[in-house]
Amino acid sequence: MTAFTVVFLTTGILTLAASIGVVTSNNLVRSVFWLASTLLGTAALYVLLHADFVAMIQVLLYTGGVITLMLFGVMLSKRNPGTAVPNASSNIGRAFAVIAPLLGITLAAIWSTPELSRMKPIETTGAKEIGDMFMQRQLLAFELLSVLLLAAMVGAIIIARKRAPGGQS
Amino acid sequence: MDIRIALTLAAILFSIGIFGALTRRNVLGTLISIELMANAVNLNLVAFSRYTASTETQVLALFSMALTVAEVAIGLAIVILIFRTKGDVIATTINEMKR
Repeated sequence: MTAFTVVFLTTGILTLAASIGVVTSNNLVRSVFWLASTLLGTAALYVLLHADFVAMIQVLLYTGGVITLMLFGVMLSKRNPGTAVPNASSNIGRAFAVIAPLLGITLAAIWSTPELSRMKPIETTGAKEIGDMFMQRQLLAFELLSVLLLAAMVGAIIIARKRAPGGQS
Repeated sequence: MDIRIALTLAAILFSIGIFGALTRRNVLGTLISIELMANAVNLNLVAFSRYTASTETQVLALFSMALTVAEVAIGLAIVILIFRTKGDVIATTINEMKR
């Protein structure tokens, strides 16, 4: 149990604790802020796994963009302005009955595969290799991604815009 | 460090996300739990990228991140539309397809 493993486990357990806060909080805004902590903890885990570019993009996109989007969504769907947004849970027992076998099978599969225990960390890549990959081997996917983001933007605007009073679109 | 520690963390994070998606009554709570699930998948991909000599896994994680952000945008647009037409976003009261 090296020092690195201890640090990794501590960061991982803090991230899991924040994610439990996401799914059990009764206030929706608090859930969103617990999600921000979870996303920052995940970015820290990426840095520990030597994926610094992915960690930076995670902080930018997720904790910057997605949290802002979520807060706007919470703000635009409140019934009574000024009260705590209710966010209760139901069917907790049935959810556990579904999740426990899934988690058990996944963990059993992970911890009983001998090839995984033989894998050693390999010094991989930085932003240069990722950029090369985007511009050379994965160029088509990159361009299709920009088309998809355009479609998502247009779709979101069309879905959420106000209709004219005559019902015209 | 073993790769299995990172994979276990990702698996537990994913199950917590499924728990949130199944139990939250607010539709926005479900969206947030789907975010958790997508993050668990990205953590898995990045862990494998560290332990095998492939950049493509990290590139896949970046693509997955971009797709998830687009999906959140569309999901929030739908939630706003639901709120506008139904008046609230509690999933147990939006059950017109049940009757």
